[in-house]
Amino acid sequence: MSNPKVVRILFVLLSIGASLLVTSVLVMVVGQSPLDVLDRIWQGAFRNSESTAGVFNFWIPLALCSMGLILTFTAGLWNIGAEGQVLAGAIAASWAARTFVLPNEIQIPLELLFAVAGGALWGLLIGILKTRFGVNEIFGGVGLNAIISVYSIYLIAGPWQPPEGGSAQSTQPFPDHALLHPMNETFPVSLIALILTAVAIVAVYLLLRGTRWGLQLKATGKNAKSALLLGVPTTRATLTALMAGGVLAGLAGAYRVLFTYDSLRPNVSGGIGYLGLLLVLLTGMSAIWTPIVAFIFAAILSGSTRLRVSLGLDSSLAGVLQGILVLSMLLFNGVRQRWEERRKSKTVTPSAVESQPTPSNAKAASGE
Amino acid sequence: MNEELINILNSIIANATPLVIAGLGETVSERSGVTNLSLDGSLQLSAMAGFAAAIASGNLLVGCVAAMIVGAVIALIVVVANIELRQDMVAIGFVLTLLCADIAQFLGQDLAGQRMQPMTKLNIPLLAEVPIIGPVFFQQPAIVYVSYILIFAIWWWMFHTRGGLAMRAVGERPETAFARGTSVNCLRYVYTFIGGALVGLGGAAYSLAIKPGWTTPPSMRGEGWIALAIVIFGGWHPFRVVLGAYLFAVLRALSSAIQRSPDIQIPLVLLNMLPWLLMIATLILVSSGAIDRLLSIMPRPLQKWTRNFLRSDPPAALGTRFEQD
Repeated sequence: MSNPKVVRILFVLLSIGASLLVTSVLVMVVGQSPLDVLDRIWQGAFRNSESTAGVFNFWIPLALCSMGLILTFTAGLWNIGAEGQVLAGAIAASWAARTFVLPNEIQIPLELLFAVAGGALWGLLIGILKTRFGVNEIFGGVGLNAIISVYSIYLIAGPWQPPEGGSAQSTQPFPDHALLHPMNETFPVSLIALILTAVAIVAVYLLLRGTRWGLQLKATGKNAKSALLLGVPTTRATLTALMAGGVLAGLAGAYRVLFTYDSLRPNVSGGIGYLGLLLVLLTGMSAIWTPIVAFIFAAILSGSTRLRVSLGLDSSLAGVLQGILVLSMLLFNGVRQRWEERRKSKTVTPSAVESQPTPSNAKAASGE
Repeated sequence: MNEELINILNSIIANATPLVIAGLGETVSERSGVTNLSLDGSLQLSAMAGFAAAIASGNLLVGCVAAMIVGAVIALIVVVANIELRQDMVAIGFVLTLLCADIAQFLGQDLAGQRMQPMTKLNIPLLAEVPIIGPVFFQQPAIVYVSYILIFAIWWWMFHTRGGLAMRAVGERPETAFARGTSVNCLRYVYTFIGGALVGLGGAAYSLAIKPGWTTPPSMRGEGWIALAIVIFGGWHPFRVVLGAYLFAVLRALSSAIQRSPDIQIPLVLLNMLPWLLMIATLILVSSGAIDRLLSIMPRPLQKWTRNFLRSDPPAALGTRFEQD
């Protein structure tokens, strides 16, 4: 038990167990069997190669968005606005898809470029509100999310409604030359998007590992005041982090409209921005663990889409399970830290106490 | 005064009530130093729980109590995670807000469409007869009267009792309060618990009185964020928080009145964005240098009043953890 790595793993398992338990209780409250639900989710996610492709189709935007959130978290920002940046990217890509008539291999990069610009702009707005007007990024983000969401619904029901009349359900499907194409019939995932996601993961990892900019983000996130005094351009770091986060969120949005739905729909992001935030909290901003856990989350998400049809359960169960998992991980993390501290303070030698004779330390050392 | 206007004012007071109660609850916990960011989710879950309990028991009061318990438990998770487990309040609150919204939707899936007699309007004897004021303020559902009592009770407790002084001290200067023998963390537990219970009551005010019933997605989605912003706008003072909530309701009523009038053509999309534009605008007003610039161009006698009115300084120790042992 003394090995800290073993303890760590033990606590992770404990929190996974606890969250499964709590979710099971909730499932039983609505009169279903947890094992049944688990089986359906598994079946929904990995039944065959097409359903596995469905998992990848959730993973791509979720991973993109989460990698962007790692950047903003590193800069100490609660970028709840990622959700809106996904939407901004989706709207910009949709606009390009509806406007240009070009060969597929030119049109796609152009659309992605628009998506990236849209996401970055929406991220920048939050940054300006924060750095210029002192509005906390959480409130700026929540506000801008709602505003762009209203705008997307307006577009779908208004100017972009299908010619046969608006049902407010979706725009007309985009023409084939404007869409990302699946790599083959049995595994319908876009290869371009898969490659882009892989590039994004590596890029974020490297950016944070070995660049000056990454270091500036870290310094700003750790202690913005000291960083500023040490000559780090913290305002620029904040703005660029939000823009970079917006770039990746925008790409995620483009994938949703150019591949997943082939059109713009209300709530096109499906909460991926919020989920990404939970995910990054869970992995503690690790650029390696985030894409891996994103895959698990994507499987839960994809597997639970048909719960309503099969068991009559609301698909929000996926969010419940994921939320409880993150919450219990944070709580158990706290328990572990306290537990390790207590162990340490028990083995403290008297001389160590004397060297720091503050009242709080003396009390802690005397065993509570 | 014409009857229609009185009806509008009456509904403004009613519509503002959940925001008033939830905003007061958040004010209480933030004044003691704890940010309960879970408001948006808390409101949804407590509204759902309150409605479910009221249907199951056939009693609105049981519904209110259930909602308060749910709100208080959520707040308790925030404060336990912060004080005992040393986790970031914002992180916990954030996870909770998403989680509670999902739990509400999941558990409430069968409640959508169910009906129950909501709180009926109750006329206060004598007061309800006063012209204008009576019909506007005193012909309301019971929960509205509860909110009136809360406004004054919380204000009085905060600024006119020793207990309130200790509460503010814990939020402003926990070290000093501790040195003077106040149990900082204990008070934070108490006030966050009470604040959470009030947020829960705010949720019940939606599902049992103002917007009766439960829908998917919930009608109060997003309101929690507005309540949080109103607390900032209100400068953590109960009266100003309440004023913020009422102002917000007035502007909403105005916008829907404009929407109905045939003469003025404002795109619907803009009206739907309005609450959020307003939220951002008010936050810009209170948190940027705009106030100081505004003050400098004002005549001197007005300056002090405006400053007191618009200044919005958070409790100094808001969101920080206090090491008590």
